[in-house]
Amino acid sequence: MQIIVNDRQHEVDARSNLQQLLQELGITGGRIAVELNGEIVPRSGFKRCLLHGGDSIEIVQAIGGG
Amino acid sequence: MNPNSADNLVIAGKSYSSRLIIGSGKYKDFQQNLAALENCNAEIITVAIRRVNLGQNADEPSLLEVISPQKYTILPNTAGCYTADDAVRTCRMARELLDGHKLVKLEVLGDQKTLYPNVTETLLAAETLVNDDFEVMVYTSDDPLIAKRLEQIGCVAVMPLGAPIGSGLGIRNPHNIRLILENAEVPIIVDAGVGTASDASIAMELGCDGVLMNTAIAEAKDPVLMASAMKKAVESGREAFLAGRMPRRLYASASSPVDGVFF
Repeated sequence: MQIIVNDRQHEVDARSNLQQLLQELGITGGRIAVELNGEIVPRSGFKRCLLHGGDSIEIVQAIGGG
Repeated sequence: MNPNSADNLVIAGKSYSSRLIIGSGKYKDFQQNLAALENCNAEIITVAIRRVNLGQNADEPSLLEVISPQKYTILPNTAGCYTADDAVRTCRMARELLDGHKLVKLEVLGDQKTLYPNVTETLLAAETLVNDDFEVMVYTSDDPLIAKRLEQIGCVAVMPLGAPIGSGLGIRNPHNIRLILENAEVPIIVDAGVGTASDASIAMELGCDGVLMNTAIAEAKDPVLMASAMKKAVESGREAFLAGRMPRRLYASASSPVDGVFF
């Protein structure tokens, strides 16, 4: 099924969860935050968080800034 | 005054010996940023919150692996936000990625050319964030009424600009900064516009509690050396303020006595 990750189309298996998506993307360790359809998903909830077609996900990190 | 008592900067109940806060933007690389940070003894450093680049090599270190939240106080900013909603959303994401860390730098911009703060959106964002238990250090204009209102809303520090972000024009309106200082009961930290060491000293001589700068160091020809200059500038400006300057006079006042001249 199609989802949107950081504003790009992405194909995932039906019944994937957020943790699987992050593993697929190679984003495992490291300090990130994730929003699913506008709501923050805490790290402890990644595995339980099932994805659905059309979901919009934002994955952010800290970078240099003033 | 007890010479042994530390003249520390206290923000949201936490005490810092350095009154200089720096940014992490515009550096050549993380190593240069870290060298500047170490050279200026700053304890607080701002970061921006942005999308992870999905194509990126997972082996590349990230900023927080080089500049550790264990060693430094990380101050996530809301740079690039033009609405209160975006700023609030950014702060919430920052809090999540920093494991519940509450201290944030709020900035809501109004205009791309000047990066001037949109104070009405800033007021809205500040209220929402304070009610959501954030400790808000807020970037704002040098309008004394807005500065006081942000303090009343519950911001833990108010940060009026000296001049537009990245302009290096220095403290353009010291009189307004003094008006803000007169009315303030939270730390007042000049944020934006500092270009060189004397600008930072001027801010501290006015009585500011601290100075926040990014471009002044990162865009110096030798950032690591400028970082050292800024550390000294903030310290000397603070000492000059505490020492109490001499009065300005229209006419001269001789430093040598007139009595006893032999000619």
